[in-house]
Amino acid sequence: MKKTLIIIKREYLSRVKKRSFIVMTILGPLLMAALMIVPYYITKLDKEQKIINVLDETGIYNKLGSNETIKFNYIYTDIETAIANFDQSNTSALLYIPKPSLTEPTNAILYFADKQPGNTVTSYIQDKMKYIYENKKLMELYGIDKKQIDEAKVRITINSENIKTGEKNLPLATTLIGIFAGFLIYFSIFMYGNQVMRGVIEEKTSRIVEIIVSSVKPFQLLLGKIVGIALVGLTQFLLWIVLTLSIVTVFQMTIGHKNIVKTEQTQITKQSNTLFPENPDMKKGQDSDNEMIQSLLNSIGNYNYTLIIASFFFFFLFGYLLYAALFAAIGSAVDNEADTQQFMLPITIPLILAFILAQPIIENPQGPIAFWFSIIPLTSPIVMMIRLPFGVPVYELILSMGLLVFGFIFCTWLAAKIYRTGILMYGKKISYRELWKWLRY
Amino acid sequence: MDLLVANNITKRFANHVALNGVSVSVPEQSIFGLLGPNGAGKTTLIRIINMISMPDEGEILLHGEKLHKNHIESIGYLPEERGLYKKMKVGEQALYLAQLRGLSYGDAMKKLKYWFDKFELLGWWNRKVEELSKGMQQKIQFIVTVLHDPKLLIFDEPFSGFDPINASLIKDEILRLRDNGATIIFSTHNMASVEELCDHIALINKSKKILEGRVSEIKSSYKSDIYKVEITGFNKQLKDTLNHDFEVVEETYKNEVLEAQIKILNKKSTNELIMALMPYGNIHAMQEIVPTMNDIFIAKVNSDTLHYNTNSSLTE
Repeated sequence: MKKTLIIIKREYLSRVKKRSFIVMTILGPLLMAALMIVPYYITKLDKEQKIINVLDETGIYNKLGSNETIKFNYIYTDIETAIANFDQSNTSALLYIPKPSLTEPTNAILYFADKQPGNTVTSYIQDKMKYIYENKKLMELYGIDKKQIDEAKVRITINSENIKTGEKNLPLATTLIGIFAGFLIYFSIFMYGNQVMRGVIEEKTSRIVEIIVSSVKPFQLLLGKIVGIALVGLTQFLLWIVLTLSIVTVFQMTIGHKNIVKTEQTQITKQSNTLFPENPDMKKGQDSDNEMIQSLLNSIGNYNYTLIIASFFFFFLFGYLLYAALFAAIGSAVDNEADTQQFMLPITIPLILAFILAQPIIENPQGPIAFWFSIIPLTSPIVMMIRLPFGVPVYELILSMGLLVFGFIFCTWLAAKIYRTGILMYGKKISYRELWKWLRY
Repeated sequence: MDLLVANNITKRFANHVALNGVSVSVPEQSIFGLLGPNGAGKTTLIRIINMISMPDEGEILLHGEKLHKNHIESIGYLPEERGLYKKMKVGEQALYLAQLRGLSYGDAMKKLKYWFDKFELLGWWNRKVEELSKGMQQKIQFIVTVLHDPKLLIFDEPFSGFDPINASLIKDEILRLRDNGATIIFSTHNMASVEELCDHIALINKSKKILEGRVSEIKSSYKSDIYKVEITGFNKQLKDTLNHDFEVVEETYKNEVLEAQIKILNKKSTNELIMALMPYGNIHAMQEIVPTMNDIFIAKVNSDTLHYNTNSSLTE
C-alpha cells in the first residue's frame, strides 16, 4: 500500500510539473473566461449610438423612433445635396426613401461611406417601415384603428412541465447540459486514458519496468499509474473551475458589474424594450428569440444540480477507471505507440458509438436505445450523462452505477492479466490470439 | 550454508516449458554464475527468484525460509533489459526506485549521496537521465540495485554497455560486496568474467540444469591430462619414441622447436613424463592444458543438445 502511494505520487507529480499541463491549465480558463467576457464586450460595443440621416420624400415614415443604438435625424432637402453634404454631416449613414410615382412607397436606399451598416440596422429599419406602412394601410383601407390591431395580436407559448414534480423543462437547455456533460466525459476518458497508455509504453520501451516490478507487484504499478493520472485529471478540472471563476470575478470587479451573465441577460431585454418603445405589441411579436434565451437562463435553475454534478464525478471517475485499465493493457502489449492501432478499435468503438447515439437518445430519452446504452458499462458513462437532465428513474441510475463499478472491476482484472505478461514481453508482435493466451495464464 | 535453494522449479508457458525441474543451491557469500545459451531459461529463473513470476512447481528457499514478499527488501536485482525514465531527473529517480525497494527517504538520501560521490555522479543529480551517457545510466542502475544493502544480489549481464574502465570498476565493486557478506548470482555469456569472478556455476540448457558445482572442481573434472611440451635438439618423431604410458596427441616443428601435446595415461605422473622425455632433448617448457570455461560451456551444451536431439528423434 505504501509503495502504491509512492507510485501514485510520482505519476501525479511528474505530470503536474510538465509544461504541457501548466499551459493547458492556464489556457483552458482563459478560453472559458473569454467565452463569457467577449459577448459582454460585443454587446457593449454595439451600444454606441449611430446617427442616421433620413430623407423621407413620402412623408409617411416620419416616426421611425430612435433608440439607444440608432438615432434618426430627419433632413429636408433634395437627395443630391444630401449626398454632397454626407461627409460633413458626421453621420454614419443616409436613409433615402424616394416617392415612387407608380409603385407603393416601400423602397428605400441606405447610403453609407466607410462602414457598412450591420444587418441589425437594416433589419431594424425594415421592421419599422413595414410596421408603419402596414398600420397605415390597415387604417386607411379597412378602417381598422391602431387599438384594434394591437388587440388582434396574439402570441403562443408552449412550456413543458414534469407532471409529478412540477419542474419546468426546456428541451434546449436539457439537451445542452446533457451533451456538454457527455462530451466532457468522452473527451476526458480519451485524454487521460491515452496518458495511461503512453505511460505504460514509456516504461516498457525504456525497460525500467523490470526494475520496478522486482520491487512492487505489476498490479500495484498499474493501480498507481491509473490513480495518479485520475488525480491529475481531477486537479485539472478543479483548477479550470477555480481559475475560470477567479478570472471572471476579477474582470467583474474591475469593470464594476455584479454579474456578467445577468448583465447580458438584462441587456438583451433592455434592447428589445427600447427597440419599440411606443409599440408594445410589436415588442411582443419581436422578442421571441429573447424570450427563449430568457427561459433558457431561467430553466438553468430548474435542474437538480447536486445529482447531476455528483453523477458526473461518479461516471467520470469510474468510466475513466474502466477504460484506463484497458488502455494500460494495450500499452503493455505493444512495443511502441504505432502498434497500438490494431488494439484501439475495441475501445474506441463503444465510446464513439455512445456519442453517435446522442441524437436518438435526446429525441427519446426514455426509449430502449437510451435505456440499454445507459445500462451497459462501456457506454453508460456518456449515455447516462446525456439522459440524466431529462430525468432518469432512480433504480435505473443505481443499476447503471452498480454495473459500471462491476464492469470496472472486471475490466481491471482482465487488463491486469494482460498487463503483467505484456510488460515483460519485448520485441514480439502481439496478435489477439496471443492476448487470449495471456488471459488464460 | 546455502543462502538460496531452488527446488525442482518448473515453469510452463502456453506453448513451451521454460524451466523443467531445475534445482540450484547458492552458497552464502559466493559469486554464483548462472550460465546458458540464449533462451535456456536463465531469465525465467531469475524472475522467479525475484518474485516477478511464480513457478508452476517447486519452491525457492531463502535462508531456509520459503520465499516471501518481505524478502524483496533483501534482494537486489539488475535486469538484463534495464533502463530509466528518460525525462526524470537523476536524483529524483534514484530516490524513487530506492523508496520502492523499501528504504525511507532519509536513508535513501544518505546512501545515494555516498554512492553518487563514489562514482563521481554528484554533479548530475539534477540533470535529466536522457542527458547522461549510457555508461553513466548503467552506473546509476547499479547504485539503485545495491543501495539497500541486499543480502542477495542478482546481476543479469551486468557488464553489457560498459567500457573496460567502468566494467572493471563494477567488477571491483561486485567483489567488494561479496567480501562484505553479500551473495551474488550472476548471469552472463561472458565466460572470461565467469572465470575471473565466479566461485560456483550452474549451466542451464533447454530449460534443464546440466551442470553445477564449484568452478575449480568443474575445471579439474574436465581436465584431460594433456600437457604441452616444448623440446629442442630433437629431430625424430616423438610418437615412435615414447612408450604407451604416454599418447602423443599432436606434434609440430616450429623454428627448430618441437611442440607436442602429450596425454599421460595409466595414472602416471608429470615427473615420469619429464623423465621419459629427458633423454631426447632439451625441455624448454611444459604446461598442463586446462580447459577454459568457454570450452566446457560449448562442449557441454553441444553434447547436451546432441543428446536431446537423438532422444527426441527416438521418441518421435
